[in-house]
Amino acid sequence: MKVTWWKLLAIILLLYVHVGGMLMGVPRLNILNETIRALYFHVPMWFGMVLMYTLSVYYAIKHLRSSSKEDDIKSVEYANVGTVFGILGMLTGMLWAHYAWGTFWHGDPKQTGAAIALLVYFAYFVLRGSFENHEQRARLSSVYNIFAYAAMIPLLFIIPRLSSSMHPGNGGNPGFNAYDLDSRMRLIFYPAVIAWFLMGVWIAMIRIRYRKVNERILESGV
Amino acid sequence: MGANNYVLGSILELLKKDFLLELRRKSVIAGLGLYLFSLIFICYLTFNLRENAMNPMTWSALFWLVILFSVVNSVAKSFIGERKGSMIYYYTVASPQHIILSKILYNTLLCLVISFSGYLLFSLFIFNPVQDTFLFFIALVLGSFGFSASLSFISALASKANNSNVLMAVLSFPVVISILLMTIRITKNAVDGIDRAASSDEILNLVAINCMAGALGYILFPYIWRS
Repeated sequence: MKVTWWKLLAIILLLYVHVGGMLMGVPRLNILNETIRALYFHVPMWFGMVLMYTLSVYYAIKHLRSSSKEDDIKSVEYANVGTVFGILGMLTGMLWAHYAWGTFWHGDPKQTGAAIALLVYFAYFVLRGSFENHEQRARLSSVYNIFAYAAMIPLLFIIPRLSSSMHPGNGGNPGFNAYDLDSRMRLIFYPAVIAWFLMGVWIAMIRIRYRKVNERILESGV
Repeated sequence: MGANNYVLGSILELLKKDFLLELRRKSVIAGLGLYLFSLIFICYLTFNLRENAMNPMTWSALFWLVILFSVVNSVAKSFIGERKGSMIYYYTVASPQHIILSKILYNTLLCLVISFSGYLLFSLFIFNPVQDTFLFFIALVLGSFGFSASLSFISALASKANNSNVLMAVLSFPVVISILLMTIRITKNAVDGIDRAASSDEILNLVAINCMAGALGYILFPYIWRS
């Protein structure tokens, strides 16, 4: 099996992030206390999701220009991995909210915005399922992918900022920006973002290869 | 100059066609009107509302939900109802950009008619708490354009799929929610009669979302139309 350097890097970084994230020192802040460690596991999920969706949109645009089947497969699989990241981000966020806010579902603007953004992508998968013609499915779902990505931006980045939110980093609540001076957290947070991104690309690549092999088997009619 | 005249002429021609078709099918308009009326009447009966029994937030949420459902139903038919033969005919005589622009304009007018008559019916049956009418009308106009731009596009997309009607709801609601959240907030400010400067953030955001939806429809529609 061929192992490239960045896959090894992803594994090593993730091991480091999990061990270091649990054991290394964190700043003491009221309300957050030890739950601040959620930053290492929760925030990289959203970074990963947005990056995966960006790759997915990139391949959707590429598909509209080239109408090649390969770009469509890439676009779907990056969207798949992005959605998994999104669900994990939602679950880790809810776990954190259970301890910091007292309930799993608080109805915070950030939570609802993220939930709607996920719904948009679920709709994308429903749309894919309702075409029989392959070419039509590829083209129309690429179109919706671009639309969904554009619809996601106000939901994640603009609307939560218009209203008061209890999410760390908003409205004077302690958040990542408050730790600008604390380089201990950055030592783990940045590697975590890189490692999860590499992991996402790796999973997507395996799935893309699997889909391509499947297509070839179908075409050869074995 | 000549090119400009051609674009305008072709869009106007398409708009005229839509109006004529709409006026010919009187039962469809009557159906839409009755739909809106029954929705508002159901709201009135189920909430059993008396004066001021409802707070402004509930009023604006209820109002926009009623408008949303009627608008989704009326805009959905802009592409889903069309027969395959007529689609091919339009494909040969007009450019896709003109078709989507004329549909967006036409649906904006339709949405405006629906929301203004909804407002009238709401003030007749339930009550009219709006203090800043001008701000409320801004919300209506911007909301109508946003709904029609995103829903016309989604309707074209859904019309190509198998279970169009279910898909229309599934695809459109998540996209429409950001418009709806903004309009509800502006409406609440209009109802409370707060200083207009307080809603400038929401208005700007709504304008931005509208521009984005319109631009995306304009750019992406040719790819849908080709199939």
